[in-house]
Amino acid sequence: MKSALIVFLKEVRENLRDKRTVINTLITGPLMGPLIFVMLINTMVSRELEKAEAPLKLPVIGAEHAPNLIEALRQQRIEIQPGPADAERAVREQDADVVLRIPPRYAESWNKGEAAQVELVFDESQRDAQSAVRRLQGALEGYGQRTGALRLLARGLSPSVMKPVVVAERDQSTPQSRSGQMFGILPYFFILGALIGGMALAIDTTAGERERQSLEPLLANPVPRGQILAGKLATTTAFSMTTVLLSMLAFSIASRFLPTDKLGMDLHIGLGFLARGLFVMLPLAALLAGLQTMVAAFAKSYREAQTWLGLLTFVPAIPTMLLTVLPFKPLPWMYAVPLMGQQIALTRFLRGEVVNSDALVLCFVCTTLAALAAYFVTARIYRSERLAISA
Amino acid sequence: MIEVKDLHKTFGSGTKKVVAVDGVSFTARDGEITGLLGPNGAGKTTTLRCLYTLMQPNSGQVLVDGIDAAADPLAVRRSLGVLPDARGLYKRLTARENIAYFGQLHGLDDATIRMRSDAAIRALEMDDIADRRTEGFSQGQRVKTAIARALVHDPKNVILDEPTNGLDVMATRAMRAFLKQLKNEGRCVLFSSHIMQEVAALCDRIVVIAHGRVVADESPDALRAQTGEANLEDAFVKLIGTDEGLAA
Ligand SMILES: Nc1ncnc2c1ncn2[C@@H]1O[C@H](COP(=O)(O)OP(=O)(O)O)[C@@H](O)[C@H]1O
Ligand SMILES: [Mg+2]
Repeated sequence: MKSALIVFLKEVRENLRDKRTVINTLITGPLMGPLIFVMLINTMVSRELEKAEAPLKLPVIGAEHAPNLIEALRQQRIEIQPGPADAERAVREQDADVVLRIPPRYAESWNKGEAAQVELVFDESQRDAQSAVRRLQGALEGYGQRTGALRLLARGLSPSVMKPVVVAERDQSTPQSRSGQMFGILPYFFILGALIGGMALAIDTTAGERERQSLEPLLANPVPRGQILAGKLATTTAFSMTTVLLSMLAFSIASRFLPTDKLGMDLHIGLGFLARGLFVMLPLAALLAGLQTMVAAFAKSYREAQTWLGLLTFVPAIPTMLLTVLPFKPLPWMYAVPLMGQQIALTRFLRGEVVNSDALVLCFVCTTLAALAAYFVTARIYRSERLAISA
Repeated sequence: MIEVKDLHKTFGSGTKKVVAVDGVSFTARDGEITGLLGPNGAGKTTTLRCLYTLMQPNSGQVLVDGIDAAADPLAVRRSLGVLPDARGLYKRLTARENIAYFGQLHGLDDATIRMRSDAAIRALEMDDIADRRTEGFSQGQRVKTAIARALVHDPKNVILDEPTNGLDVMATRAMRAFLKQLKNEGRCVLFSSHIMQEVAALCDRIVVIAHGRVVADESPDALRAQTGEANLEDAFVKLIGTDEGLAA
């Protein structure tokens, strides 16, 4: 174990003297995620705000048939515009999100007390248009209900006869849980940070050292190769965890400046998150270091190793995608799956939920076992003859 | 003392099979310089790699001071100082730090490392570069540093793979003097070379190797007698059958 420590200390010292690695570990790696995220959130927030607050521009065909309705809509901050000649076409070609068409017999039906029909022309598949459509539907329904209630009163009936069932909505989502949903991709940035932080090291300690011709003299020392590998993996893990820690700090600072409150959301990346987050990330960083080193040991050159490790960076995006696209209830066994366990745990931490300690320990132990397996496989490769020989 | 008995090593299989070492045997004694002479591709590097246990031979035995390399590779590496074919340094560490790293891996304490580094730095005349980072070192400075770190544990046996490769005339002379010094200290020095003059000038014993086989294993005088050539150069060419891959 002493030799592993010697290797670790030397690798740390040497790599701290490498500007590129240091910038990668301390700056690029930790800041990349938060920057992308801040940009993402800001566009999302400002778009939502724009939609909610700005007057909705609504092309109307046949506005003259329903002056009262039009007036009611105006009061809901809906700006009435002259309608296009062909409503369907305007929507299809996305000239308008939604078009309101009032048929000529509207006034006639209205006066007879019959159901007067208006038509909303829109494209359900057009995501951008959805909030406009919902807003207009709400305004129209509200108008209909008010008028209906007035009519009932005029006939001496209570408006409640029309409402045998009243639905009161009790939304159980808390501000944290809503932001957790939106911030579901955050764990990926931490995992990405771990990969970026360890990448340069994993290459440098294998393919890099071979290319620099220093691996052969190193292996001529009376130290088992497994120990040399252990020291190098410890270095890679240490750098990778440094990146994760800094990345969490960066997010913690960034989250204070994010206008999440405008979305009714609340996100705390505090000390508790840091402690628990680092606890579940530590074995994962070791596992990823092992995998990166394994891949880099196979590569014939520094460049080839870079290419392969670049591809490896996208692997953890897969569980992230699945978990955000297919929302399902996290089941206990999922904590046992490396990557998935961290993903779920981190997401729940962000939501401000409590993950019981059994699940956390399960996550830690299983990922540690996977990391050990990766170490033993990598050690096998490390002991092979072709590893040391620089063509 | 290094004893090599009937060493075989092949690479690849099928049509791509290369027999690099094909039954090499020799002994390198303490207090002597043994030269492994052969043209490029003869199998010198592969033989040496089997000695310092970087590679495992397909068959045959390597004994260093009586220890079987297959049975206890760590003990063998402990009693060997090695300047391999690849002699890369850590460019972001100083020469002294490079030497100290290997000293630590050999389990030496700081005081010993300090003492040995100072001695090596003096012997190799590298005071001016000792505390500089090795990035940008000349070939000669690199080799000096690599030798200093290979000898930091004061090994009884020293193996050097083409130690004068890439060195200029002055550095080559210094290297030869250094090898003689190692011999005078009673060490077993084994080095490989494809340069006839060098081997002739330095060695007590010459092992000529071609196509993975030992074609002669004699003292320089005996070699002349055996081939009937007064000139060693002619003797080598006669032994190997060609002068391709050899330099005077
Ligand atoms: N790692 C290897 N893989 C495949 N072939 C090799 C390898 N190392 C050496 N060889 C082959 O073995 C033969 C001997 O090489 P080597 O020992 O390097 O010769 P020398 O050092 O005398 O020039 C050569 O034909 C070389 O191509
Ligand atoms: Mg060679």
